[in-house]
Amino acid sequence: MTNVIYPHRHLLGIEGLAPHEISALLDLSDQFVEKNRSSDRKATTLRGQTVINLFFENSTRTRTSFELAAKRLGADVLNMQVSASSVAKGETLIDTAMTLNAMHIDVLVVRHPDSGAVKLLSEKVNCAVINAGDGWHEHPTQALLDALTIRRRKGHLGGLTVAICGDVLHSRVARSNMYLLSTMGAQVRLVGPRTLLPAQAEKLGVEVFHDMVEGLRDVDIVMMLRVQNERMRGNFIPSIREYFHFFGLDYDKLSVAKPDALIMHPGPMNRGVEIDSDLADDVERSVIREQVEMGVAVRMACLKVLTQNLAEGNC
Amino acid sequence: MSARAPGRIAYVNARLLDPASGLDAMGGLLTDGEMIVDVGAGLFAGGVPSGVEVVDCRGACLAPGLVDMRVQLREPGEEHKETLRSAGEAAVAGGVTSMVCLPNTKPVIDDVATVEFVARRARKIGLAKVFPYAAATKGLEGQELAEIGMLAEAGALGFTDGTKALRNAQVMRRALAYAATFGVMIVQHPEEPSLADGGAMNEGEMASRLGLAGISPAAEAIMLERDMRLVEITGGRYHAAHVSTAEGIAIIRRAKQRGLPVTCDTAPPYFALNELAVSEYRTFVKLSPPLRTETDRQAVVQAIADGTIDAIASDHAPQDQDSKRLPFAQAEFGGIGLETLLAVSLELFHNGHLTLSQVIERLSWAPARLLGLAAGRLKAEAPADLVIFDPERAWKVNSDKMRSKSKNSPFDGRPVQGRVLRTVVDGRTVFTADA
Repeated sequence: MTNVIYPHRHLLGIEGLAPHEISALLDLSDQFVEKNRSSDRKATTLRGQTVINLFFENSTRTRTSFELAAKRLGADVLNMQVSASSVAKGETLIDTAMTLNAMHIDVLVVRHPDSGAVKLLSEKVNCAVINAGDGWHEHPTQALLDALTIRRRKGHLGGLTVAICGDVLHSRVARSNMYLLSTMGAQVRLVGPRTLLPAQAEKLGVEVFHDMVEGLRDVDIVMMLRVQNERMRGNFIPSIREYFHFFGLDYDKLSVAKPDALIMHPGPMNRGVEIDSDLADDVERSVIREQVEMGVAVRMACLKVLTQNLAEGNC
Repeated sequence: MSARAPGRIAYVNARLLDPASGLDAMGGLLTDGEMIVDVGAGLFAGGVPSGVEVVDCRGACLAPGLVDMRVQLREPGEEHKETLRSAGEAAVAGGVTSMVCLPNTKPVIDDVATVEFVARRARKIGLAKVFPYAAATKGLEGQELAEIGMLAEAGALGFTDGTKALRNAQVMRRALAYAATFGVMIVQHPEEPSLADGGAMNEGEMASRLGLAGISPAAEAIMLERDMRLVEITGGRYHAAHVSTAEGIAIIRRAKQRGLPVTCDTAPPYFALNELAVSEYRTFVKLSPPLRTETDRQAVVQAIADGTIDAIASDHAPQDQDSKRLPFAQAEFGGIGLETLLAVSLELFHNGHLTLSQVIERLSWAPARLLGLAAGRLKAEAPADLVIFDPERAWKVNSDKMRSKSKNSPFDGRPVQGRVLRTVVDGRTVFTADA
């Protein structure tokens, strides 16, 4: 048996992972970054294996990234887009899981609008499951790709101060990042209006700010979150104009951060809502496109590790 | 089970528990037909008269059958989740001899015919007795008052919109005032709906971690505060169901101190579990109101002990697999509780918070008194509704073995202590435990 770097059957979330497990996934991802940059991008690691992207929510970026990652490893990939608005969507979830399970697939990549739905599905199947985002809960590969981006730029994660800004309440990206960065010894700040921060956020091991200038002071990393209009029930902010005025990232607010602070965004961006358009494109400060590149490498690493675990019975 | 009226039966070697009279002693009890005719420590000291059937309790507790003041029956309308018969079987297996059902059936219990239908069906089945609450407003829509006077006359014990709060203050005010005319109570689900809307669990750190929309404990407090004012101006009789928060309890405690005609109950999940039970997105613990924090749980225990919480009800809410095998946010609220009511409540005794007699009081005499039922007592001329149980016998809750049609027990897998051995309704044995 080879050295098991990640002794779990699924990747459902970051919460609960050990620092050495996260580091090992990032180390492996680094190797894939180099491979993806070379002319010899195609591998045969997953030849004969089937990966299904099962998306109960619309997604282009994440699905494409997973699809490319699986194809680069030589897997057969199938994309299933299931309408989340179908009446019996819960039934669809379990039924779909059972159906796919009967087809002997190797990895299911699942996105679902409800927190906990991917875990529920993972209990019904024999294959490995990767959570590609469940409700407001977790989006572990996004946190890993963010960590990889930061680590490659800054050399380390421990000791950094990271501000996660905006609609934290509805953000699975924020939760996964919060867990990952805290686990790796970074100091996490949440910055946003009180209506968009989760209840008792300070109990989650983070510092909480409601003012961008205070929250961004001397930080190493500024992570902007998408304003998730589609997840909002009722009034959380009075207007986009007001939101950008107080919580949108522009050069002015950024000036209090460290001079070499990096700007990140999980995409897709709402330009002029949470981030100034010019700033988003500023190659000196913004690593938003780099994040996309890291995404493919991280997903290749996860696919490789999970299929290897299944094949060798490491979990 | 025979519906034939039984003759005289002597229950001997029993630890008699009658909270109403304070009796807690070894002794015997004699029933004749549907009634208790004698009870006491010295009864049968000279032997059981000939011609009397003898039930040897072998030292087990003999108490008034439990009166469960909050049960959802699902019949008529959702018989795939529970029927009057399956609920009746679950009830008597749990030592419950009388249950009060919510009007949230399909059709809603908001007219005399439906009240009579439920009562007649239950009598025919002959297990636990069923007494309905009727709807406070027509169709549970929270707008127009139901025919409270006629429904009360037909046997409705109280008026409630069931799992929905009476949200409109003016409607609540009139319901309280009008019901007071007939001496009946309004039962509230104390939760401000606009604060609970869309929520799946208690608001706080746990919900934030799990990424689930929260229901603030303030939703309970706000509704109770409002209702206390309405009780004050109407003098209406008010009962808050399944109180779950420290804050809510404090409000009721203050109201009682001021002499307002207010009572309340809680259910076992709120003193035996807290929100941590949700950690794996277990939909069987998705309840309404939601499981709260450990601090709230302790406050509920304290309030049961000091009497601020008058009664314990099962809050039995059957949900089938299709309603629970779903992502947490989509799953229905509710858990079954008839069969675990006594055993989980006995934890309050085993943990030293209440005496055995106090636990029985909260489960039988207190709700009977609040509802005006001739039940919950061991005394001559009371109906022979009895439970014989061993408070020490240990067992493990197993949802699959439950008699309810639905298996959604929040206590599945929990080791508990206290087993019902025999249940008697109107003098007839309707349940005996397997040896």
